[in-house]
Amino acid sequence: MSKKILMKGNEAAAEAAIIAGCRYYFGYPITPQNEIPEYMSKRLPEVGGTFIQAESETAAINMVFGASASGARSMTSSSSPGISLKQEGISYLAAAQLPCVVIDITRGGPGLGNIAGSQGDYFQATRGGGHGDYRVIVLAPANCQELADLTLKAFDLADEYRMVVMILADGFLGQMSEPVVLPEPTNKVFNKDWAVGIGKKNKVASLILSPEDGLTKHNYVLKEIYDRVEEDVRLYEEYKLDDAEYMLCAYGSSARICKQAVEELRSKGVKVGYFRPISLWPFPYKELKALSVGKKKILTVEMSLGQMIEDVKLAVEGSIPVDFYGIPGGMIPTPEAIEERVLSYE
Amino acid sequence: MSSEEIIYQKATSMSQGETHYCPGCTHGTVHKLIAECLDEINMVDDAIVIAPVGCAVLIYDYFQIDGVEAAHGRAPAVATGVKRVHPDKMVISYQGDGDLLAIGMAETIHAANRGENITVIFVNNAIYGMTGGQMAPTTMVGQKTTTTPSGRQPDDVGLPIRACELLNTLERPVYIERVSCHNSPNILKAKKAIKKALLNQKEGKGYSFVEVLATCPTNWGLSPKKSYDWLEETMIPYYPLGNFRDKEV
Repeated sequence: MSKKILMKGNEAAAEAAIIAGCRYYFGYPITPQNEIPEYMSKRLPEVGGTFIQAESETAAINMVFGASASGARSMTSSSSPGISLKQEGISYLAAAQLPCVVIDITRGGPGLGNIAGSQGDYFQATRGGGHGDYRVIVLAPANCQELADLTLKAFDLADEYRMVVMILADGFLGQMSEPVVLPEPTNKVFNKDWAVGIGKKNKVASLILSPEDGLTKHNYVLKEIYDRVEEDVRLYEEYKLDDAEYMLCAYGSSARICKQAVEELRSKGVKVGYFRPISLWPFPYKELKALSVGKKKILTVEMSLGQMIEDVKLAVEGSIPVDFYGIPGGMIPTPEAIEERVLSYE
Repeated sequence: MSSEEIIYQKATSMSQGETHYCPGCTHGTVHKLIAECLDEINMVDDAIVIAPVGCAVLIYDYFQIDGVEAAHGRAPAVATGVKRVHPDKMVISYQGDGDLLAIGMAETIHAANRGENITVIFVNNAIYGMTGGQMAPTTMVGQKTTTTPSGRQPDDVGLPIRACELLNTLERPVYIERVSCHNSPNILKAKKAIKKALLNQKEGKGYSFVEVLATCPTNWGLSPKKSYDWLEETMIPYYPLGNFRDKEV
């Protein structure tokens, strides 16, 4: 199974979902994630699964709701505007403590925007686009291999915490082809005693009208789970930070560009490294804070007007200056521009 | 063996206790019919009801079967997800007029068009009950609601939508029938239709749809008795009762 296969990011994620045991996929076409439903429409019937091209993103996420309530591993995918439509269902899934995986291959916004990769949906993903006091685990891969690995991991996390897990990858990652070693199944087994259709006369609901404090108590139940996730699931990568004076901070495609900028700057004698959050929620606040000690400045790089920078500032709590370089609307920051900014600090 | 013979009892698929429905509301009647049918066709342990948003949102509390509560209008999509995972279970999507014909129109049409092997029970009372009496897609012309204070005006908001006729344009549904719950003979007919719609699913025939004309005395501003009369005089002429589709598969 260690064979390298050249795969598109979208296809690698889809195959990883099947390896994870996902047998129910419901989706609606939107660029740049179309290879996921297309791949699923071909592959799922081969493994005895179900693919439905839904009438809308809203219907798709609610089909996921039904499949998840029935105890099955289920997934949907979309891109930014489509994820906006799924937020209603995501809030209901969160309320009913139903596990599922949502892949968001983001594009430029707001509105219909464009179809290029963008990182303008960090707020939507990590702050919740839906209503109510809930959280979604958000994982941000930076290459096709991670897109596959994190998708596999997402299913286990979803089942373990009974939560929605979102894969947040921009359109460039979804569309690029890279050699991928498909991950092995973890074969973890989860108790789904709460599901319908297993002869237990179970109810899966999100409405809590009584007693008066019933919903408050439920919110605290969710909070306890979120606290546990924050403790257990903080994923990140650090690179050449030991002796660094400056820290670049970026996720996804921006981080790949930062890596190149680090190499170029290092060759010029500038001591710089990078920190890449992989879990965007929970955000690795503690680790970022610890690794930032002694650095002169942090430069946050995003393909947006600056969204993750708020978490970076929360992490360092004003202990060091945090600068921002970014470009919105589906454009990619160049390593040269990042280098220029860092050189201006010298 | 007692000399007393039981000739009537509460369906085993119903919960004990009371419902929250208003006096004269026909939701309770429809619930009872579904429960009796589940008992009679021996599907109590295999039934999953999808609750709508609206007055019947707590339907799963009134049945001793599995229940899933859907977002407003999404019951057919949720039912689709459940049914695809549990093809041998009986999945019932129970919906009101706002849920089925306004916010959930797309989900309604497409589940029917796919021919999902589910049973949809559509309770049409010509008004939004739970939110306090606003206009529904099925509100009658001239009918006063809290959002049509001068009565429904077709030039402004169009005419009431006929669900059975609309779905009858699709090829995939196997059974479409409109019944009413305003008097005993019609309640008996309604039960027959619901039973048929459930049996179709049990036998794997496909999508079955039963529209039940229902009352909402509270929001119509009428007594229960006058509500039954209003249903008969106003709703039935516009929403003709009867079978629209009974396809042998």
